[in-house]
Amino acid sequence: MTIFEFLEPAFMQRALLAALVVGLCAPLVGIFLVQRRLSLMGDGLGHIALTGVALGFLLQTNPVATAVVVASIGAIVVELIRAYGKTSGDVALAVLFYGGIAGGVLLVGLSSKKSNVNLLSYLFGSLTTVSKFDIGLIVALAVVIFFTTLLLKKSLFALCHDSEFAQVSGIPVKLLSMLLAVMTAVTVTIAMRVVGLLLVSALMIIPVATAQQISKSFSGTRVLSAAIGAFAAVAGVITSFYLDLVPGALIVLLVIFLFISSIGISSISRRHDLRLQVR
Amino acid sequence: MKQALQVSNLSVHYPGHLALDNVTLGINSSSVVAILGSNGSGKSTFVKACLGLAPIQSGTVSIFGTEFSHFKDRDRLGYVPQRIHDSMGIPATVSEVVQSGRLSHGWLRRFTQEDKEKISHAIDVVGLKDRENDSINTLSGGQYQRTLIARALASEPDLLFLDEPTAGVDLATQNVFAEALKHLVRGGTTVVLVSHELGPLRPLIDRVIMFREGRVIFDGSPDAEAVDSHIFHDHPHSSAKPAEGWQI
Repeated sequence: MTIFEFLEPAFMQRALLAALVVGLCAPLVGIFLVQRRLSLMGDGLGHIALTGVALGFLLQTNPVATAVVVASIGAIVVELIRAYGKTSGDVALAVLFYGGIAGGVLLVGLSSKKSNVNLLSYLFGSLTTVSKFDIGLIVALAVVIFFTTLLLKKSLFALCHDSEFAQVSGIPVKLLSMLLAVMTAVTVTIAMRVVGLLLVSALMIIPVATAQQISKSFSGTRVLSAAIGAFAAVAGVITSFYLDLVPGALIVLLVIFLFISSIGISSISRRHDLRLQVR
Repeated sequence: MKQALQVSNLSVHYPGHLALDNVTLGINSSSVVAILGSNGSGKSTFVKACLGLAPIQSGTVSIFGTEFSHFKDRDRLGYVPQRIHDSMGIPATVSEVVQSGRLSHGWLRRFTQEDKEKISHAIDVVGLKDRENDSINTLSGGQYQRTLIARALASEPDLLFLDEPTAGVDLATQNVFAEALKHLVRGGTTVVLVSHELGPLRPLIDRVIMFREGRVIFDGSPDAEAVDSHIFHDHPHSSAKPAEGWQI
């Protein structure tokens, strides 16, 4: 028995790789959602992705692939409603999100795989059942998200900080908003195998909220949140291997623990600064 | 003289409210024009309509002789929005916010040494050099407003729109702003400044345009009697009595 025993099973190698890339990328998209006050968008798109998963069951194809397509289409529709819709934005989004769940449940009922267990693995994550195709798709999409957010970080920051100023500056705000929505959808779908659709927003938002407590710059928050996400995801998977616990829930509880710790550290640091100023 | 801005028969209609009513005016290059008026008079809507940020029902806006929808040289445009201090977002440093001002020169490219120098200079002009690496969440309202002004200055615009840049900020910030404006005017920038009152900026202003209920009710010299009487009537509680005690 070695210290790296957890690396021996092939399913654990795939699970760790998936957790690492998802933990790294989810906060890189989440930081822009937090800045735009759209923290719950990931949750909403998770609802829509459920229809995609169910469509995969129905068509007897890979549910991750169909979820990517359906969630991306949903993200584009959500963004179009936000930009052009005359209905109250939150009402329109609510209709779409609940429609996503209802559609998912309906399609699962129609599919030959009428297994609740299968659906639960997407709702709450099931890292140990990640297939080779899944891991290939997850890593490929994560690489695209990583480099897109890196390339566009200044423009996306300008958009999320002050969209009117960005528009006047000639930045294509509608195109970038759409791209951000699609990246959110893709992140949700690749993260659903790690933490599940119901907990996916946690991995996008809480590492950002944690880094926000410690860092004073946007670039610092960006790097730190990605590091926290990656650490929590990998640590959660390894711990779950030894304790025989559900990895998705453990990862989310770990990021919540780190968030609460960061509040404590931030509070102590502020008091220390205040004491120095008084002296 | 060449016109920086030409607005013809411009109307903006919000549900149940005519915000701009058939406004026609031109602004010469290298001039400093103050747009005055009370709340709801249409002055901010005028600026937003000129910048494509408000839905135009009729009329046209031309920037440096090009119809706005075809105007691609966005690095020639600057904008300082009316804003309250946003302290709950992701932390960002003064420098990171000001960097956004250079994106009008190309939003996909990497910043060059020249970009970095312009950003540093803009921060220096507004007197925030010692705070450039501090989070905007730790700034006062006035310092945050100075950051937004630096962001606009960083693009070195030929036409700068400022929407109430000194509203609710301390006198020190107003004076810093006046100095920054002088710096721009010396470089030949055309400035369109929306305000409730002229304050310390009065000596820099070439022309005053007053709005009321979406229409232009005065267009002339800042020294005209109508300017002072209008400001005084619109703002009976203003602490800044026009033409007294304001020095640059």
